[in-house]
Amino acid sequence: MHEYTYYPGCSIKGTAKHYDESLISTFNALGIKMKELEDWNCCGATAYFSVDDKMAIAISGRNIALAQKQGKDIVAPCAGCYLTLRKSLEFLNDNPDKVENLIRELAIIGGEFPFNIKVRHPLEVLINDYGLDKIKEKIKKNLGDLRIACYYGCQVVRPFTDFDDPDYPTSLDKLMELTGATPVDYSPKTRCCGGSLTGTLEEVGLRLNYILLREAKKKNADVIVTLCPLCQFNLEIYQDKIVKKYGEDIRVPIFYFTQILGLALDIPIKELGFSRSVIPLNEFFARV
Amino acid sequence: MEIERKVKYEAELDKNFLREIIELSHCEEIERCIQCGTCSSSCPMAVYMDYPPRKIMAMVKEGFKDEALRSFTIWLCSSCYTCTVRCPAQIKITDVMYALKRKAIEDGVYPARFSIPVLDKEMTKIIQSTGRNWEIGVVVKLYLKTNPFGLLKMAPIGLKLIKTGRMSFKKESIKNKKQLRKLLNLMKEETNA
Repeated sequence: MHEYTYYPGCSIKGTAKHYDESLISTFNALGIKMKELEDWNCCGATAYFSVDDKMAIAISGRNIALAQKQGKDIVAPCAGCYLTLRKSLEFLNDNPDKVENLIRELAIIGGEFPFNIKVRHPLEVLINDYGLDKIKEKIKKNLGDLRIACYYGCQVVRPFTDFDDPDYPTSLDKLMELTGATPVDYSPKTRCCGGSLTGTLEEVGLRLNYILLREAKKKNADVIVTLCPLCQFNLEIYQDKIVKKYGEDIRVPIFYFTQILGLALDIPIKELGFSRSVIPLNEFFARV
Repeated sequence: MEIERKVKYEAELDKNFLREIIELSHCEEIERCIQCGTCSSSCPMAVYMDYPPRKIMAMVKEGFKDEALRSFTIWLCSSCYTCTVRCPAQIKITDVMYALKRKAIEDGVYPARFSIPVLDKEMTKIIQSTGRNWEIGVVVKLYLKTNPFGLLKMAPIGLKLIKTGRMSFKKESIKNKKQLRKLLNLMKEETNA
């Protein structure tokens, strides 16, 4: 029985609602159970570590302790949440002497210390716990000649490298292959999208996303599939600006991997959040 | 006419800087940097930086405190961890960059209206008060503080998000704010002690 504690994260309540919708319906269809973490708080992402690392560890520590009380591994779909929680968990378990007072409080909240739960990403759960063979048995719809650029981004494959290769990972490609689609050889698959730089230094942010979109076009990809709310947002939302700035038609739909997997599991389209795409999907739906 | 001095004398260097950054970053390995440049060649931001990461490592090692803390480089690091996983000396370069950002904020040596630290600070403020980040609230505050007219340019994107139901106007909040505040205060006391 696969049971986990779901840590949605703040983006999923806003710009990434379709990640939430498609993840939940996909996991339901596969019989993977998730219970939302009771009263979770924001992970703080990269921002908190830039301002105050002790407080950053404290707010993530609260989430980890609450999850310890619920007793199951955390599943965090956002790459930022996944990394922040995992980094904080490692720090707390390895350095209790550096934050003694915090540990005392967290042990009360969580009921024990060291914490014995893990922080997981849904892709890794599908590959390692559920297994590609079992997913293959559940595939009902062949996505045919769809060409997919699998974009992993940064923080799911780095700095923790125990799940896949940090430069050229293949787990998402293997998962997408099960749908009958063809993953293209996408060389910048782990090149950074710039994260929040699109908002703070737009010139730099647009350039980074242009490089990623241009390469997908060059490889004749019909879609780019992502693992992270920030990557999805950056690659999709700024396409008009990028077309205008670079004078190249690099428009391509950007999905979450759970949306494509959900399609192949024959989950109704309206349960997979496709209506939230700002890119027109007529061409895409004509193909699948 | 006075010729601009390009040389920094040893007496002007901050001998404690390396120790300070090692402690802040929990990364003893900085001392082992061999200046190979793997970090600079791996960094997707290096072309936009004033000093590439390799130079920052050298500055930290030798005590060029002002140059490192006032650099644009540390704020451009987007935490992609490519340098960290490739460094042959196992230096956690991303964590060193975080330590430099914190030190720059602490010493007040970053441009006040520069958008990146402003975003970081605004986000921590909202988390401290509600326990949750609020995307639209943070973005609006960021623009008001750094580039008020930029908000107008964001309108088309805002409309798209509203149309697709991806803009959350509700400011979310956790229930047990007291618990969160207690943990944060605990860390504040420790830092001040």
